Parts: sequence; structure tokens; C-alpha cells
Amino acid sequence: MANTPSGRDARGFEDQMAGPIHAQINGKSRAFASEPETSLLFALREGLGLTGTKYGCGEGQCGACTILLNGVPRRSCQLSVSDAAGKSIVTIEGFEHNGQLHPVQQAFLDQGAFQCAYCTSGMIVSSVALLQKNPNPSTTEIVQALQGNICRCGTHPRIVAAVEQAARAMHRSTPQGTGPKGSGQ
Amino acid sequence: MVTVFTGKVEVGQNTRTTLAQSVADELRVPLSSIRMVMGDTALTPFDMGTFGSRSTPYMSPQLRRVASAARDLLLEQASAEWKTPADKLLANDGKITNPASGATLTYGQLAQRKTLAREIPDADPVTPPDQWTIAGKPVPKVDARAFVTGQHQYTPDLRPANLLHGKVLRPASFGATLVSADLAAAKAMPGVVVVRDENFVAVAAPTERSAEKAIAVIHADSITTPQTSSNQLYSYLKKNLETDGEHQQPHEKGSVVNGLTAATHRLEQTYNVAYIAHAPLEPRAALAEWKDEKLTVWTGTQRPFGVQEELSAALHIPKDRVRVIVPDTGSAYGGKHTGDAALEAARLARAANRPVKIVWTREEEFAWAYFRPAGVIEIKSGISSDGKLSAWEFHNYNSGASGIQTPYDVANQRIQFHPVNSPLRQGSYRGLAATANHFARESHMDELAHAAQIDPLEFRLRNLSDARLRAVFESAAKTFGWPRRKIQTSQGFGMGGGVEKNGYVATCAEIAVDQNSGDVRVVRIVTAFECGAIVNPDGLRNQVIGANIMGLGGALFEAIEFENGRILNPRFAQYRLPRFRDIPEIEAVLIDRKDIPPAGAGETPIVGLAPAIGNAIFDATGIRLRNLPLVPRGLKSLKTSA
Repeated sequence: MANTPSGRDARGFEDQMAGPIHAQINGKSRAFASEPETSLLFALREGLGLTGTKYGCGEGQCGACTILLNGVPRRSCQLSVSDAAGKSIVTIEGFEHNGQLHPVQQAFLDQGAFQCAYCTSGMIVSSVALLQKNPNPSTTEIVQALQGNICRCGTHPRIVAAVEQAARAMHRSTPQGTGPKGSGQ
Repeated sequence: MVTVFTGKVEVGQNTRTTLAQSVADELRVPLSSIRMVMGDTALTPFDMGTFGSRSTPYMSPQLRRVASAARDLLLEQASAEWKTPADKLLANDGKITNPASGATLTYGQLAQRKTLAREIPDADPVTPPDQWTIAGKPVPKVDARAFVTGQHQYTPDLRPANLLHGKVLRPASFGATLVSADLAAAKAMPGVVVVRDENFVAVAAPTERSAEKAIAVIHADSITTPQTSSNQLYSYLKKNLETDGEHQQPHEKGSVVNGLTAATHRLEQTYNVAYIAHAPLEPRAALAEWKDEKLTVWTGTQRPFGVQEELSAALHIPKDRVRVIVPDTGSAYGGKHTGDAALEAARLARAANRPVKIVWTREEEFAWAYFRPAGVIEIKSGISSDGKLSAWEFHNYNSGASGIQTPYDVANQRIQFHPVNSPLRQGSYRGLAATANHFARESHMDELAHAAQIDPLEFRLRNLSDARLRAVFESAAKTFGWPRRKIQTSQGFGMGGGVEKNGYVATCAEIAVDQNSGDVRVVRIVTAFECGAIVNPDGLRNQVIGANIMGLGGALFEAIEFENGRILNPRFAQYRLPRFRDIPEIEAVLIDRKDIPPAGAGETPIVGLAPAIGNAIFDATGIRLRNLPLVPRGLKSLKTSA
């Protein structure tokens, strides 16, 4: 590849003066390399390499870019870097610990709840958020919670089954829970 | 470790897994020892593309023949080593064993430091389905863990050093000619590269945001031409037949005129099908990199070798200087045959002398890709007093010839596809025109059954001698509980089915109409499917159910609206896709025919759904809907506007 300067030189002068914005990302304090107005989705993916969070529509309609912001599921394409300043972010990359999958990830795997799997990250993040708030969701509540996530391949019944399996698994696990680090409420 | 090379690509249909199963099965090795290298023009053999439900019926037997020849070679190696005839040896679990002596050599030991090669014999018997051990079983998706951890890299996830982000200036409308473009302001922006090549204007910049800003400051003038709109679509299609090019000959049998004269019931109806979008969740994307006058492009396409040709022709470089690599892709559904994003990224990367990535926005994806063709279908038919079809005339304007032939027994037929100069760019789609043709045919069959006062299942069976199609209708009906008795007035039941690409499908649907809102809710779907011997029942079930869910959109509410060369609803907020709340109870009944070679299954299970729902709506309300989508705004608006 050609030997040219990295992308950082496009940053505005004022931004560099103000210093980078920090956030707690998947349990670690990290500095954004992007301008404050940059979409949080782009900053996570291109700036920090957390490409598990996907672009699907850029209008908050498909849920592929869902992350947890201070424990709440948000569409990262609708947020900017400045919205995340000083906050805690969990992305799909933050759920696996020491080779141990989060029960929701495990349930998606067990149920084969994907086809092309491009929506899977967003589905898993939305499902984790649901189960943190409501450990025993009814089918209707799962459907309600995932209504904003699009799966174009039509894997919906397996996704619902995976969330139900995860709920049962998390119920059985220890009282301190299996939630990801840094996803705090 | 066994590495298998195939030009096929994985787009969510699970072919990476099913092809690996076939190779493991034939080579007698564990599935986990297979690594599939797919869709890379530099590494894999030429392949036309991953479409037309061809991977399972054509690539799978080819790979089996290769694996079988490889197994024979290994057997011969062991035979020479042990001076024992090969037919006294066994190949199993990645090893050759001599049962008489108990000696064992692994494939790895036999192949070590040797190149074993052989031309595939013409007739190499492969393992028949009833002796499969790894194929025919439900196995999980290969590499599944990478998808639930976000580690799998789709094309948009690739980030080489020094990457620039590309953005294209889109024309004011379809077919617009660019007259002038003032590029000065964009060029003055730091780090921005601007390319203009006739109608193509694009920028590459260090961030997506700066690329967007650079595009926004370009002032362009273009000449546009007035174009038709979706309001006039169906009359437009009838008036704009393709006159040049070869005409599709009608399929003719007997005399439709005589058949109609002899009929006791005659029916003539027109069915319309709107343009719809594939809307793959991963939009078209490409990463291009030039090195020493050689181009490498990573892109999600169903035709890596086709895109290689496209790039070679457009960039005027020999094919051997173009490499196309397809990372496992975030779906395609027939929508990713072309190399638009690949070419855009390649042009920018050449100008910038840096790698450039282009990821289409959702709006670009809706507007600048291509659509499933819209169509008008006219049917004229007749039945005799015994409820048998006596005449069948079927004309399809524009949507296509797939699935156009009727599977029913009728002595007098005339069936013809009429190509049209489409007002929108159109192309392949899951099931192609089979969805439109089945919608028209199976709705019409329902109309005839009602006219003759015969149960719709009985009417179909009375006119059907194809045993495989009868079997799927009968099993769908049995599981569904056909004929069902209504317990509420708003309830309705319908069916539809057919055969396409050697897959046999029948779908039964139950719907409910909300009396106040007029909303139609699909309550339950049963789809019976038979595609010969099943390679992976779990993957097949996922495909059959997925096809039905995707089909719900096209059946109920998806339609592209356009006017004067612009798409009016290019957003998920404006183009409704099936979501969790739309999903009914769905059951897939899979019929495993070990005696029949496997056919593809990604497409055909979609074709029975729309007519089944339309027929169920008629059953519930007495309203016959002959347009797809059936109820874009519910039944109420339809009633008041009718």
C-alpha cells in the first residue's frame, strides 16, 4: 500500500485542541480518534475497529448498529461521538469473556438463529438489553423488544427461541448474573 | 486438514456448510477437517455464479466426484505401500485401514511430501444418499461462532492501513446525463481525491463524513428525461413490449379456442405484480486496492468471475490483473449479481493510489441497485362439467418466464412470456418470476375451484397427475388440517403451490382480518417442500421458513414507488419489510426423498405463499385480490377506494 498519512489528519484543529473524547468501551477506557460530530457507528467501526456493530440503514430503522449506552440499547448510527463522552458502551465484542460466550450468544449458536448473520450483532445486543430489564419475557415481550431489528433472511422464529433459551439459562445461573462487564444499569 | 476450492459464495444460504458436508461425506473425513475456500478468482476454479438454486444439484456432485477421486488416490497409495489390493482396504474417518492386518495410515501420512493429482474419471460413482453419513444430517453452520461474536468480517468490515472512504455523486434521476460538475470546492478539501470520468463523479476521503461533505459541495448540472411512474406501471408494461431482440416463442399444445368452446365455466382475469427490492441488510460494498498495476477487490457478489470480467472490461486491464474475493456476505437474494460498488471503488482507488472502500447507503441500495421485475399476467381458462381444465392461456408481460408452465393436466394450452422495455433497472431475485407466475396461476386455480364449487385442494388434485406435486399438496394439507372449518367470520384459509427448479412446494395459510382496522394478519403457515434427498435438514428448514417470511413482504406490502426516474420510498421507514410482529406460526414439512438427487432449495419455497394468502383473504372476505402486494394499506382502504 502507498505510504501516506493516516486518516487522523482530517480532524479539525479545534478538536485536536480540545483533546479526544473518552468513553468506557467494553470495560476499558478508550479515546475516540474521530471528530465529536462523527457518527458513533462510524467511530466505533472505523476508528476503533469494533466492526461487529453493523451499518444497515443509517436511519435507526433496522437495529443492526445497536449498542448498549449506559446499559440502554441505542442505535449507534443515530448518535455522535460526543453523545458517548464519559459514558459506558458495550458492543457485540464485549460479551465474550475468557472464551466464554454470553448466554444470549450461546443460545443464538445453539438455535442456529441466523442465516447471513449480518443482523445478528444487533439482535444479540437488543436481546441482552431486554433480558437485563426483564429476565422472564413473554413471547410477546420478546417480539416487542425486537420489533426494531430487521432480519431480512427470515430467521425470526429461531431468534425468539434463542432469547427464550437464554432467559432460561440466565435464570439457572448464579444470582450475580452473567451480564457483560461495563454494561451496568 | 482438507482444503476445498470452489467458486461458489456464501450469502446466508448455508452453502459453505452443505458443500463441506458433501465433501466430508465422500472423502470419509470428519466435517471439522474441511476448510472451504470460496469465491476467490485467484484461488478457486471458474464458476458462473451462485444463483438459480444450482449449488446443490451441480456443485455438490462435482465436489463429490473430486473427493471420490481423491479417496481412490489415497487408497492406491496405501495399496502400494502395503502391497495389498485397494479393494481390500477401507477409507474411513480420514484414514485408510487394512482390516486383515489392522494397519492404518492417515490421509495426512499418505499425502505427505507428495503431489497426488488425477483427472476426474468420467463416470466415478459417488455415494448414494441412502449411504450418506455426514450429509443428510443437521449440522450447525460452519464458523457460526464468528457470527455471534461479531468477529466475522463482511466486506464493509475490512480496514486496511491507509484506507480512504469513497462516495459517488448520484445522478438527479435514472438515465440523467451530466452536463457540468464544479469540482473545485471538493478538490480543495484536505485529503480529498476527486474523480470525474464522463457521468461518473466520485470522491475518496479519510473519513466517511469528509467524503459526504465533499460530495455535498459539488455543484452539478444534468439533463434529465421525463419518465413513467408507478401509478401508470401496469398500462406502461402492456404498451412497451420489446420489439427488437428475440421474441419468446409461445408454448402451445392443442387448441385453446376449442378448449374454451367446450368449457362449461370460462374465466378471464389479469394479475399485477409490483417491483420490489432485495433489501439485503448488508448493502452493496467493495474494497479496492491497486498494487503493481494489479487490482484486488473484496466485494459481496454472487458472481465473482462475472465481476472480474466487468472490472477488466471497464478498466481496460487484462483479467489476470484483476482478483475478486468474496467474503461471506450479508445476504443477496439474487440482488448481488453485478459489480457496481466494485467498479466505483476500483476507479477511486486507482486515482487515489490508496485502498478505497465504498459502502452504499440504504438509500443508494434502494435506488441504484436493481429490482425484481414488475409484471402483468393475463389468464384465460375453461373447465368442463367434471371440474377438469379444458383450456389454459397465460401471458406474462415483463416479469419473466420462470415457473410459467402449468404443472396441471390441460390438453389445450398457450403460454407466453412477453419481454418489455422495463422502466426500472431489473434483474434476478429469489425465485425470479416464479413468484409472480405462481401467484397468478394459483389464484386463478382458486377462482376456478370456487366457480365450480369444488374444494380448492380437491380441484387441484383432480387436475394433477405429477405425483411429487400431489404429495406436497397432500402433506401440507394434512399438517394444516385442510379443509378447516371457520370458527370466526374474519378467518380465512387458502393454499398455493407448484414446482420450480426441481423443488416441489405447497403452502397453506390461515389469515385473520381485523374488522375495525381492515388489517390482514397472517396467523399460520404450513409449507411442505420436497427437493429430493435432503443434505442438511436444519439448514433446509431455515431456508424454507426464511423464504416464507421474506415472501410475506412481497405478498402483503412491499412495493417500490417511483416517479420520473426517482424512487419515492428508498428507506426502511417508507418501504415496509416483514418484522417480528408480522411473523405467524410457521411450520415446514420436509419430505426427504433418498431416491432422488438433491435439488437447490433457496428459492422455490417462496412461491406458494402469496397465492395461499390471497386465496385465504378471499375465503375470509369474499374479496378477490389480484395485485401483489395484496394489502399494502390493509383491506379497509381497498374497500373504500374500490
